[in-house]
Amino acid sequence: MDKFTKLTGIAAPMPLVNIDTDMIIPKQFLKTIKRSGLGVNLFDEMRYNTDGSEIADFVLNQPAYRDAQIIVAGDNFGCGSSREHAPWALLDFGIRCVISTSFADIFYNNCFKNGILPIVLPQEEVDKLMDDAERGANAVISVDLESQTITGPDGGTISFEIDPFRKHCLLNGLDDIGLTMEKVGSIDAFEETAAQARPWV
Amino acid sequence: MTGKTLYDKIWDAHVAHEAEDGTSLLYIDRHLVHEVTSPQAFEGLRMAGRSVRAPEKTIAVPDHNVPTTRGRDNPDQMPEDSRIQVAALDQNAKDFGIHYYPVSDIRQGIVHIVGPEQGWTLPGMTVVCGDSHTATHGAFGALAHGIGTSEVEHVLATQTLIQKKSKNMKVEITGKLAPGVTAKDITLSVIGKTGTAGGTGYVIEYCGEAIRDLSMEGRMTVCNMAIEGGARAGLIAPDEKTFEYVQGRPHAPKGAQWDAALAWWKTLYSDDDAHWDEVVTIRGEDIAPVVTWGTSPEDVLPITADVPAPDAFEGGKVGAAERSLDYMGLTPGTKLSDIEVDTVFIGSCTNGRIEDLRAAAEILKGKKIAVKRAMVVPGSGLVRLQAEEEGLADIFKEAGFEWRLAGCSMCLAMNPDQLQPGERCAATSNRNFEGRQGRGGRTHLMSPAMAAAAAVTGKLTDVRELM
Ligand code: SF4
Repeated sequence: MDKFTKLTGIAAPMPLVNIDTDMIIPKQFLKTIKRSGLGVNLFDEMRYNTDGSEIADFVLNQPAYRDAQIIVAGDNFGCGSSREHAPWALLDFGIRCVISTSFADIFYNNCFKNGILPIVLPQEEVDKLMDDAERGANAVISVDLESQTITGPDGGTISFEIDPFRKHCLLNGLDDIGLTMEKVGSIDAFEETAAQARPWV
Repeated sequence: MTGKTLYDKIWDAHVAHEAEDGTSLLYIDRHLVHEVTSPQAFEGLRMAGRSVRAPEKTIAVPDHNVPTTRGRDNPDQMPEDSRIQVAALDQNAKDFGIHYYPVSDIRQGIVHIVGPEQGWTLPGMTVVCGDSHTATHGAFGALAHGIGTSEVEHVLATQTLIQKKSKNMKVEITGKLAPGVTAKDITLSVIGKTGTAGGTGYVIEYCGEAIRDLSMEGRMTVCNMAIEGGARAGLIAPDEKTFEYVQGRPHAPKGAQWDAALAWWKTLYSDDDAHWDEVVTIRGEDIAPVVTWGTSPEDVLPITADVPAPDAFEGGKVGAAERSLDYMGLTPGTKLSDIEVDTVFIGSCTNGRIEDLRAAAEILKGKKIAVKRAMVVPGSGLVRLQAEEEGLADIFKEAGFEWRLAGCSMCLAMNPDQLQPGERCAATSNRNFEGRQGRGGRTHLMSPAMAAAAAVTGKLTDVRELM
C-alpha cells in the first residue's frame, strides 16, 4: 500500500448525497480478476452514455477535473455493498482522498486498506471546500495527514480528526499485511518451533 | 484450573503472536485456493512484489466455474469470464509454485472434497480457504475458517490470519439415529433448532454417540453446514475412524512421522472439565428425514410435516416466511410430501462423496426418474472413477440421471448448470437462498437418499417409504 503523507491536488466537487458503491463501480465490473484497471469504469453509468461516449457534464469528464485526486462529496458517501472494488476503482483513477460529512462504515474501512484517506468534516467546512472545489483549475487543495490539516486555495486551514492507529498505518503505508510483516520474527520463530513439534505439517 | 476444549487446544498450538487486546496472528497450516476469490489476492502479491510465504502449504483447484460436461478441457466450452478466471488460477499456481490440480487432472474436484481426499487436511491443523464451506474440514478435528479476498492475500503473504478467539459451543447429538436418517438430517435439524445466526461468534464442536457413529464422510457433511448455522467453524474430535481415513492418503504423514502425528492427534479432545459458553443437545432418536421449505437453511421441517403459515412465526420471521413462501410458490397447509419437483441435483461439497452416491444409488436401483431432469455431479474426479468402478454410474444412468464431471455445478450455478425461473429442485447442496441455483429457481435441501426418492416419485418423498 502506498503511504499517505501529504497530498496537493485538484479537488472535484460531487455534492450529491448518498453516492453508493453501485454508482462508484457498477456490478458488471465485479467479474474481473483484477483490483487494478477499474478506474476507467469508475462512476461508469454517471460518466458514459450507453454507446460508450462521455457525458460531458459529469465532473470528472470536465477538462479541469480529469486529473482530480480528491473528491469533496455529499453526505453518506460509499453506502451500499461491501465491494472492495469501490476503493479499488477510486484508487485506480487516481483519487487518494475523499472528504464528506459522513461515510458508510464498510466503505470507510475499505479505504484505509487501500491507501485512501477518507476525511469527515462538519457540514459548514465541507460546504466551504465544496466552494473551493468548484473553482475548476484553481481548485487545488493540500491535505497534510501528519498535522491533520487541509489548506484551501486561499491559504485558510481546516483541521480534521482521525483515529491514531489508522493514521499510523496510512503514514507508513501499512496495510494488514504490512503490519503482520513487522511481526515476521514471531512467525519465523513459530515456524521453527512448530517444525520441531509437528514435522508432518 | 479448568480444562480446555478441542478448539482451545488447536488455537493455543497455532498462536504466532498475541497483542494485548487479544488480537492474534494464527498460523495457518493449509491454505486452499479456488479460482473465484483468489485472482485479486495474487494480483496484490504481484503489485507489492511479494511471494507466497509457504507454497508447499498452499493448494489450488478450480471448481466453481468449471463446466461438468465432457470435453471441458477445451477452454472454448467456458464463457469468457469463467475461462479467464480459471486461466488466471492456472497461471498463478505456476508463477507462485503452489500445488495445483488443473481441470484436466483426474484428482480435480470441489476444493473441500479434494483436500481431505488427498490427505492435505489432517487433525489439529488450521485450514483456511476463500470460501465459507471450509468448515467441512472440521470433521477431522482441524480448525477450518472461510476467509475473504483480502485475507486470502494476507495468508498467501504471511501464512497467518489476524484473528480474535471465538466462544465455545457444544452441540451434542445423543443416542442412535433412526433408519433413513443421515448426517444431512442431523446438520439441517441443528440449524432448524439454533437458527442461521445461532452460531454467530462461536466455534461449534459436534459430539455425542450419533456423531461418533457417523463415518468420516458423514462428519464432513455435518461440519460443512456449521457456517449455515452462523458459526466461525465446526469441529469433531478425531478418533480411530479419523486416523484410519487419513492413513495412506498421498499427503498424510508416513513412518516415524505418522507415529508422532498420531500421538499428538490422540490428545485432541475436549477435557471433561472444559468450559462451554453454550450447549445444545438433541436426541438422535428425535431426528427425522427433513427437507427445507423456504429460502433460508433454517427453514427445516420433517418430511411428514405441512408447509407452515407465516403466523406460526414471530417477529421479523413472519415477513421473511411470507416472502419465502411467495418465492417458493407454496401454500401453507400443503403436505410437504405433495410438493412436485422438476429437477434433482445430487452433488456439492456437502453431499458429493462416494457414500452419498451409494446412498442415492441404493434407492434408484432398477427405478426410473419421474422428473424433467436429474443430475449427479461427483465431488471429485476420483469419486467419479470409484462410482464408475462400483457400478453406481450405471445405476444413475439407467434411472435417467445425467452423469457429470466433478465441480460445484448447480450448487451455485456459476457454470452453465442452472435452474430456470420457477423450476423446483430437490438438492443435496447447502444453500436454498433466492436465486442460488439460478434466477427464480426454487431449492429444497435434503439428503442424497431423499433426493433420490424425490427423483423416482417426482415429489418430495419420505425415503423410508422406499426402503
Ligand atoms: S459445492 Fe457449493 S458450497 Fe461447496 S464450495 Fe462449491 S459452490 Fe461452495
